[in-house]
Amino acid sequence: MYRKRIYSKGFLIPALILYTALFVIPCLISFGFSLTNWNSMSANIKFTGLNNFKKIFSLQGDYVAAIGHTLLFGVCTTLMKSLFGLILALLLDNNFRSRELLRGIYFLPFAISPLIIGIIFTSVLHPQWGVLNEILRAVGLDFLAQNWLVDKSIAMFSVIGVETWREVGLNMVIFLAGLQMIDRTYYEAAEIDGAGFISKLRYVILPLLSSSIVVNTILNLIHGLRAFDIIFSLTGGGPGNTTEVISTAVFRTYSAGAYGLSTALNVVVFIITAIIAISTLKIITPKEE
Amino acid sequence: MNRKKLLNFLRIIISWSFVGVVLIPFGLVVLNSLKTTQESARMNMKLPDKLHFENYLEVIEEGHMVRSFFNSLFIALFCVIIGITVSAMAAYVISRYKSKLNRFCFYFFFVGLIAPVNYVTTIRVMKWLHLINSYRGMILLNAALAIPFAVFLFHGFIITVPREIDEAGVIDGCGPASLFFRVVFPLLKPVTITAGVLTFISCWNDFITPLYILNDTRKWGMIISVYNFWGLYTSEWNLICAVIVLTLAPIMIVYILAQKYIIAGMTAGSVKG
Repeated sequence: MYRKRIYSKGFLIPALILYTALFVIPCLISFGFSLTNWNSMSANIKFTGLNNFKKIFSLQGDYVAAIGHTLLFGVCTTLMKSLFGLILALLLDNNFRSRELLRGIYFLPFAISPLIIGIIFTSVLHPQWGVLNEILRAVGLDFLAQNWLVDKSIAMFSVIGVETWREVGLNMVIFLAGLQMIDRTYYEAAEIDGAGFISKLRYVILPLLSSSIVVNTILNLIHGLRAFDIIFSLTGGGPGNTTEVISTAVFRTYSAGAYGLSTALNVVVFIITAIIAISTLKIITPKEE
Repeated sequence: MNRKKLLNFLRIIISWSFVGVVLIPFGLVVLNSLKTTQESARMNMKLPDKLHFENYLEVIEEGHMVRSFFNSLFIALFCVIIGITVSAMAAYVISRYKSKLNRFCFYFFFVGLIAPVNYVTTIRVMKWLHLINSYRGMILLNAALAIPFAVFLFHGFIITVPREIDEAGVIDGCGPASLFFRVVFPLLKPVTITAGVLTFISCWNDFITPLYILNDTRKWGMIISVYNFWGLYTSEWNLICAVIVLTLAPIMIVYILAQKYIIAGMTAGSVKG
């Protein structure tokens, strides 16, 4: 069998070593360390069973709230990114001259560091002189001008809005790629049958876009559950702890020296991500006939 | 047909109407980077009385931007070279020879696309390996984290390259290494550019890795330097904006030159279903 010789296992080794040593092993040992009192104060690490998890899931602590915020953030951003991404994709799925340019502009924020986007938006969303409120006041929509990042009841939604702004373009290009694979004759057939835009969307476009919808949903959920930089620079988890998500709590507990607890929080994200990713794949992947 | 033309016209108008939402924040940063500190205290769209390009000189010195630019460039370039080479090699074997082991490897790498990174235990492992607080560590960690997506991209591309090419190479007397590096790898140019550019961007934009594993400020790249600068000069928005412009400029250039490849890479997953 010449294949065995030509496609040698040796080619896999560098990637496997690097990936295993710096990604898989840290991942695996985190399950062990999450059961210890590992911290910056003492050199010897003691096994403490499920203590860290008890702390995380006790109702007095802030961690349950952080888990809730993470889920809220993940689900809301997923819905908003796909909705606006789909709208933009439908608008741009047509041949006009400026199409490529527009696609480039809408996709741009995705190439920019989320940390820097966060910094820019702390200014844009400033309650007194932020550009957003200035614009709202200038067009007479004063009542919509809010204390975006300061008001405890809306800070989370402001952060969700910024994250959506960042990734709408990604959803758009994935939907556009899907739309471009749809045969135009389907549209013509639907038009001959007298279908309006809504029924065309409902019965022709969305079913044929199912693979793009799957990809977007999974990417959005993974990105949403992992988001750190943008929240860290926008609010740092505040005001109060209203925008604290697990990733910011991991960093906070790590900075405080509670490494075991921090690792346990990471294990929680790992499990949530795994459950959500697998069940999303199961639910929304269309059955192959 | 007139109704159709009108609809199309409306569609273009609506498509353009959201451009401001994307571009205003960037315009705001560029504009304010040229103002005095007083003028930029309220970051707004008013034009400055005079353009203050000296802000840039000030931040280049105060913020050590030259050093951090070269740190970012050095780390990102080596991360791309290492990450892309090992990923291309692995993806090549996985997509050409479907043994049980190779199939397992595919899923093994695939998990990395979904599972979150645990930085706290990563620090521990990097201490064992004497990689902490060094350029080597930053490069290898970023390369390791780039592997899953790069393998996925290369795999999708290599299965479209006809295997007859390999057979011709073998007949001409190529060994496994020369077959890959001299015959197959040159054919992978489009996907190599795509994977390389995406790895470069994510490595350049990376903030969380240096935040956790790089205490040595002299080795900091641009993004974490901006964060630090932002903390030190909280009220001097003109300087913060100048730093941001300098940090975004390289990425903007890469984006403008390689936009086609970036978008191709990000849509690869959906096209393959």
